[in-house]
Formats: sequence, structure tokens, C-alpha cells
Amino acid sequence: MAQHTLDATGLNCPMPILKAKQALAKIEAGDTIEVICSDKGSTNDFIAFCNQTGNTLLSHEAKDNQFIFNIEKSA
Amino acid sequence: MPENNGMTIIASKGTLDWAFPPFIVGSTAAAMGKEVTMFFTFYGLGLLLKDLSGLRVSPQGNPAMPMKMPFGPQWLQKIDFGPKIPNIMWNIPGMELFATNMMKKTMKKNNIATIEELRDVCLEMGVKLIACEMTIGMFGYSREDFIDGIEYAGAATYLDIAQSSNHDLFI
Repeated sequence: MAQHTLDATGLNCPMPILKAKQALAKIEAGDTIEVICSDKGSTNDFIAFCNQTGNTLLSHEAKDNQFIFNIEKSA
Repeated sequence: MPENNGMTIIASKGTLDWAFPPFIVGSTAAAMGKEVTMFFTFYGLGLLLKDLSGLRVSPQGNPAMPMKMPFGPQWLQKIDFGPKIPNIMWNIPGMELFATNMMKKTMKKNNIATIEELRDVCLEMGVKLIACEMTIGMFGYSREDFIDGIEYAGAATYLDIAQSSNHDLFI
């Protein structure tokens, strides 16, 4: 189970979601990816994205205008 | 996942500002697993052209448009000139281009994706982009004017696809 990272800092809606989708397409089911954003709306958006796509949002945190999401790719 | 997993968008407007909503919603819906079809008709057709340098935004008759400086000292950037500039000013030749350039600078400064970028992502994610054949004839375009990877059809095709969709937007 590999761990990947995607830095989407500086990108605005909807690019972090689009980049995350593209990154998820390249990894294996069960792998996790850590997405780092600065987009202030990203928390709600990533919850909704995972809810719709069936990927698991393992954790999310916000600190100092940085938003970090841990997503596990579903089968 | 619902059985009807489709989304259709009719893009009917072709100004720089109105180019964003269809591509933002379309690309995001595709990223979230929807089967997205976008139908470009009337002024929206121009959004499928190879050359998008003609996209403009006009403050004329658009009192809701904020006019803020994308550069300069903070106090200056906070001022909204929109309500302060008489609408007749936007009739002066060159003012529309000025407003367009300011909008583009503001977008660049805020790291907003360009229409070209969003359109490329749509194609990459399998969004079906359909150019309205009737509009092509009416406005005198030919197929060489448009990007590759799109389809050409009419209202009946759109309606057939919309039948199995559970989100249909007219923008």
C-alpha cells in the first residue's frame, strides 16, 4: 500500500479536486494520497468528493491556511 | 451510486466571465464520477474554438461586476470602482478591452484556472463536448475552427442524452 502526495497549494476551485481525481486515477486501490491545498473551500469540497466517488477520507485537518486531506482509493 | 448518473449542461453564453461556470461544474462533475455532456449553442459555441483569445468581459449593463485593481497598494485594491464609474464610460472604444485585461490579471493573480485548462481537463476526463451544428452554420464557422475531440449534433441529440441524466443545467 503505497503512500502518495499531491501538493495543490496555490490552486483555486475546482483545480485541487481535478488534480486529486487525476492523481487517484494513477494509483492502485488501497493506496493513500495526501493532498495539500490552500483553497479555503476545500474542506467541504473534499468531503463531498469522497462521498460521491466512494474513496475514503481517512483524515482532514486545517492549520495556518493549509488544508491536508488523507484519501484512500477505493477498489 | 444512482442509476441515472448523467449530467448535461447547455452552455449558451460566450463571454469570458460566463465561460467559467459550465467548465467548472462540468469538469468537477466528471471528476466526481458523473457522465457529463456539454452542449454548446449560440454564443456558447465560441468556447469550443481553437483560439479563445477573443473572450471578453464587458462591464456595460453589468452593475454587479466588481471593479477592483489587481495590483497596487492594499487600500487601493480594496476600492470597488464598479459603482463609481458611470456606465456610459464603457462605451468608449478600448474600455471593454481594458476591463477584460483587468479581469484576466485578477484571475491570474488569484491562480484561477484558464478556460483552456478547464476545457482540456474536461476532454481528458471524458466529458462529451458537443458543438451545435445549426449555430456553426448560422455564424459561418467551419469545423477546422474548433478543437479536436468534440462532437457535432443538434437539439434532438441533446434531448436524447438528457433523457438519462439527472442533472440538466442551462447556463
